[in-house]
Amino acid sequence: MADVKAKIKGGSFLLQTANPADVFTPEDMTEEQRMIGQTSKDYAKKVHGKLKEIEANKPAVSRPLMKEAGDLGLLALEIPEEFGGLGLDKVTATVSSEEFTRGGSFAVTLMAHTGIGTLPIVYFGTKEQKAKYLPKLASGEWVAAYALTEPGSGSDALGARTTARLSDDGKYWILNGSKQWITNSGFADVFVVYAKIDGEKFTAFIVERGYEGVSVGPEEDKMGLHASSTATLILEDVKVPVENLLGEPGRGHVIAFNILNIGRWKLGAATSGSSKYMIEVAAQYAKTRAQFGKPIASFRAIQQKLADMNIRTFVTESVAYRTAGLLDVVLGDLDLVNTDIKEAGKRIEEFAVECSINKVFGSEAFDFVVDEAVQIHGGYGYMNEYEVATAYVDSRINRIFEGTNEINRLLIPGTLVRRTMKGELPLMPAMMALQDELTSLTPFEDDGEPLAQERYMIDRAKKVFLMLAGLGVQKYQLALEHEQELLLGVADIAIEIFAMESIVARAQKALAAGKPGLKPEMATVYCQEAFERIGMFARNIMPAIEEEGDTLRTQLSIIKRLLRYTPVNVVALKRKVAEKVLDKEGYVL
Amino acid sequence: MEILVLLKQTFDTEAKITVKDGHVVDDDVTLVINPYDEYAVEEALKLREAQGGAVTVVSVGTDRVEEALRRALAMGADEAVLVEAPAGADELTVAHALAEWASAKQWDIVLAGNVSVDSGAGQVALRFAEVLGLPHVAAALKLEVGDGKAVVHRDAEGDTEVLEVTLPTLVTAQQGLNEPRYPSVPGIMKAKRKTIARVTPAAPVAAATVVQSVFQAQQNRRNTMIKGSPAEQAQQLVQLLRGEAKVV
Ligand SMILES: Cc1cc2nc3c(=O)[nH]c(=O)nc-3n(C[C@H](O)[C@H](O)[C@H](O)COP(=O)(O)OP(=O)(O)OC[C@H]3O[C@@H](n4cnc5c(N)ncnc54)[C@H](O)[C@@H]3O)c2cc1C
Repeated sequence: MADVKAKIKGGSFLLQTANPADVFTPEDMTEEQRMIGQTSKDYAKKVHGKLKEIEANKPAVSRPLMKEAGDLGLLALEIPEEFGGLGLDKVTATVSSEEFTRGGSFAVTLMAHTGIGTLPIVYFGTKEQKAKYLPKLASGEWVAAYALTEPGSGSDALGARTTARLSDDGKYWILNGSKQWITNSGFADVFVVYAKIDGEKFTAFIVERGYEGVSVGPEEDKMGLHASSTATLILEDVKVPVENLLGEPGRGHVIAFNILNIGRWKLGAATSGSSKYMIEVAAQYAKTRAQFGKPIASFRAIQQKLADMNIRTFVTESVAYRTAGLLDVVLGDLDLVNTDIKEAGKRIEEFAVECSINKVFGSEAFDFVVDEAVQIHGGYGYMNEYEVATAYVDSRINRIFEGTNEINRLLIPGTLVRRTMKGELPLMPAMMALQDELTSLTPFEDDGEPLAQERYMIDRAKKVFLMLAGLGVQKYQLALEHEQELLLGVADIAIEIFAMESIVARAQKALAAGKPGLKPEMATVYCQEAFERIGMFARNIMPAIEEEGDTLRTQLSIIKRLLRYTPVNVVALKRKVAEKVLDKEGYVL
Repeated sequence: MEILVLLKQTFDTEAKITVKDGHVVDDDVTLVINPYDEYAVEEALKLREAQGGAVTVVSVGTDRVEEALRRALAMGADEAVLVEAPAGADELTVAHALAEWASAKQWDIVLAGNVSVDSGAGQVALRFAEVLGLPHVAAALKLEVGDGKAVVHRDAEGDTEVLEVTLPTLVTAQQGLNEPRYPSVPGIMKAKRKTIARVTPAAPVAAATVVQSVFQAQQNRRNTMIKGSPAEQAQQLVQLLRGEAKVV
């Protein structure tokens, strides 16, 4: 593990070829991790049966359910043992998050609590703060929330207007302001609140519901997510004891953004679970619904949808577990008793790019999956009585919270450039070296090993990425941040690269273990489709960087040569996947 | 109190059964503790919680059975034993293999499932009791243990019979006996540290039955919805039963 740490840096996947052995896959899970997944699933299934009750009376039904999760240890996974937790790794949190989604939108309640609510204290709290709050949060006796967003500041979180000023006796921070759309507000006991000291220094505070001046607005009337509580948190001259300042004054952004990093990876994991469930629902429906005298499952059009749903989910899942493996490498040996908060921030930040990729890919893949699940249901899927309808509206929020997908896409090149400037990522030398490589491109050669063309595609995609990023930086330099279309396109290519590489490495590992299942076939299909998309991004971006003329023509011809490949029969491969999905009535590997 | 639970690993009840070359394919399916046996485990844990003692779970099977035993440990069982399955085992073989191992120790009560959801023979537990000379009560819906006796409310084809039996005894669990807990995360972590004992039957008893063939059940159900007023429906039903089904 230590050598993996030395080798794999955040964003380095764009510059080096992944060794499958370093890529964590779900197949690498221990029996214990699987069992914890099963307990999470059993619990979530029970919650599922109570969704209507939760919607009718959130606090009264949610609180006992949270306590039950606490009794099962499900709220304690990521909390250190010293503070009533179980000190488990991120892989365990991944499998657990996946399964929680079977509890409908109550999963949001639970995950906001264990994630953005609890983790700020786990990673950035003092020993005293941890001892005071974590045992109660681990057991479910108390519920936590994370209060960053305000009416006037969403994506621009640092534009918060909530203020903190020291009381005359120096014993309290006096907080004033309001935080909007706070998950769990309706019944949370502890809020991690971000406010500006003297209107300037952005800082995090632990605020208890019981403090004088804390109140909560009415429940929002939301499009979906009806089993979760969302309301405004109002702070009127709230006296927060000085010892409840979290982290350091003026360094709240380190907490806010790093906790979101973790949240983003976990959202990817959750969407993997949600997608699997929708595949089950859709496959079962397709087999029972008959039209033209036969089950709609027998139509190739429906089969293709199920195959596409399964393949995208395979990617979401592979990306989430790979990232969990990376996080475990950097966070595994972090001291969470006497935490050096600077070190904690640095470690979580390491894989910020990968975390954003999880968020964007997972939320969009799930949107695709749930959309097709509705389509397979036809008009019935539009009826609230059918679960797909609920899932469809619930899915939509994933592209908005934990940083919108635009913000997350922009963060990808932004972070890469910043890491490069800080000397943490050798992006510049790679861009330089590329110039030579581009003049001596050799066509694809089958090395006789499985997935040769797919590995070649990944390698080529990385070159396309470097070429576009390099030209973009060269042309725009510091003004690059205003070229959002370019940045979004480059982000999309980076996302596809991470996606392709995660599934190809997983398929290679599975092949080596003698249990490939359909993984190689799914990797082939996805790589071909992703490679086509990469071509489209590149051809759209290139003319926006380079002015019309000979240079543009040369660059476009390089792009063309880079993206040359021999298409395979994905239709046949998808039929194979669909057959198994229908046979199993669920997600297949 | 020394409590023994006989446990079998079966297919997940939601699993799809496929037969290939005369065998049920189990590569891709999730295996679970036979649901009736899970009631037995739960009852055993409740007994121990109320009266103290230890719960041992035992199963006959291959390496894969460890998973089921591990789950029972995670639910809270104290010890687990895997008895290697003799080749070509049937219910008789399994009952004897279990009894051979169990006879080395004194048990106050033995619990098991009423039937298994796969083969559904409902024989192993009762044969086990016969081999060891234990009284047995099948299909318990309620169990009270005290003073060297057990009072068992049993499901007798829909009626409830109440029986009193002296310990040691064997009782099998019917659906409704309890609501099995699922393993907590600390339970799972504790179970990980326990070892599952392995034994090989010294004198395996040969199977008394031979499986001739295994085949997939065919489902040829067709549904016809009859519409109209009750009178019209009755009319149509009679017509269908006469004309099409030719049963009246
Ligand atoms: C159900 C629900 C639960 C929530 N729970 C919580 C919670 O628990 N805690 C919490 O703090 N917040 C929570 N939020 C708030 C959520 O995090 C914000 O809604 C989100 O960050 C987006 O902010 P905004 O809504 O103000 O959108 P805006 O920031 O106004 O964005 C509007 C649009 O502009 C785009 N945009 C904004 N800035 C840029 C830019 N620089 N470049 C390009 N495009 C840009 C965005 O991508 C988006 O498409 C929740 C929201 C909802 C709906």
